[in-house]
Amino acid sequence: MKSAVIVFPGSNCDRDLAVCLRDVTGTAPQMIWHRETELPHDLDLIGIPGGFSYGDYLRSGACAARSPVMQAVVKAAARGVKVLGICNGFQVLTEAGLLPGALMRNAGINFVCRPVKLRVENNQNAFTARYAAGEEVRISVAHHDGNYSADEATLDRLEGEGRVVFRYAEAVNGSARDIAGIINNAGNVLGLMPHPERAAHLGQGADDGRRVFESLLGA
Amino acid sequence: MKRRIFITLKTGVLDPQGKAVHHSLEGLGFAGVNDVRIGKLIELDVAEDVSEAQLGEMCEKLLANTVIENYRIEVA
Repeated sequence: MKSAVIVFPGSNCDRDLAVCLRDVTGTAPQMIWHRETELPHDLDLIGIPGGFSYGDYLRSGACAARSPVMQAVVKAAARGVKVLGICNGFQVLTEAGLLPGALMRNAGINFVCRPVKLRVENNQNAFTARYAAGEEVRISVAHHDGNYSADEATLDRLEGEGRVVFRYAEAVNGSARDIAGIINNAGNVLGLMPHPERAAHLGQGADDGRRVFESLLGA
Repeated sequence: MKRRIFITLKTGVLDPQGKAVHHSLEGLGFAGVNDVRIGKLIELDVAEDVSEAQLGEMCEKLLANTVIENYRIEVA
């Protein structure tokens, strides 16, 4: 599987994601700087990592979403290349219009950084095929702006189309309908706030996130 | 020329920061505050030939996230 990890100024989970991808897929991803205007044409997966791209200035993910490389990511996504946005990566995907809604300040104001219980709501996609539907897993979150917000019609549509892939199984950040991760209509763009790359090896204390990458490898 | 862009949260969008500030105002003993909503003020200094339509486009494409925010452009 050929993958790439996009690196913005302020990304800080890019290395974690790269190590995880290399470990699971056996191939190191290409690291792509935000000023690049083209991506390799044979990619299977593009990872948008966590962190604080552009210092979270204006809004989390807002400046990154308008960076040169994201225009190439939008084009690749339209071709069907899989895109995985984690934490700040999820914020970037919503700001870029690849996923609906917005991620707002946590309802409790605090930065939340701890393992949380999640439910895998949908396993009929390339990112979660190795999980059982309804399975509960523990994966860490680390974010200030993870409070998913969208209008009621959008939320109903996401639920109705089975596009809520991960849901919090405990109170975390005030997210609408406890949404932790959603997928696009075509099924090739997933954004989630929890960090599966931080739970991909027992040496990290947990490996509940590893199957996201194993699912992608098998897809 | 100078323009001021006010970004505010849409009605119905929860504002945790506003709520926290409201709580602090009450903690200081200020009574009678019904609600607090926090927004942003962006000051732009632009060339004379920048049109209002272009300013609107700047807001739509970057300065505001119209999923959750409204914007208003004023002459500074």
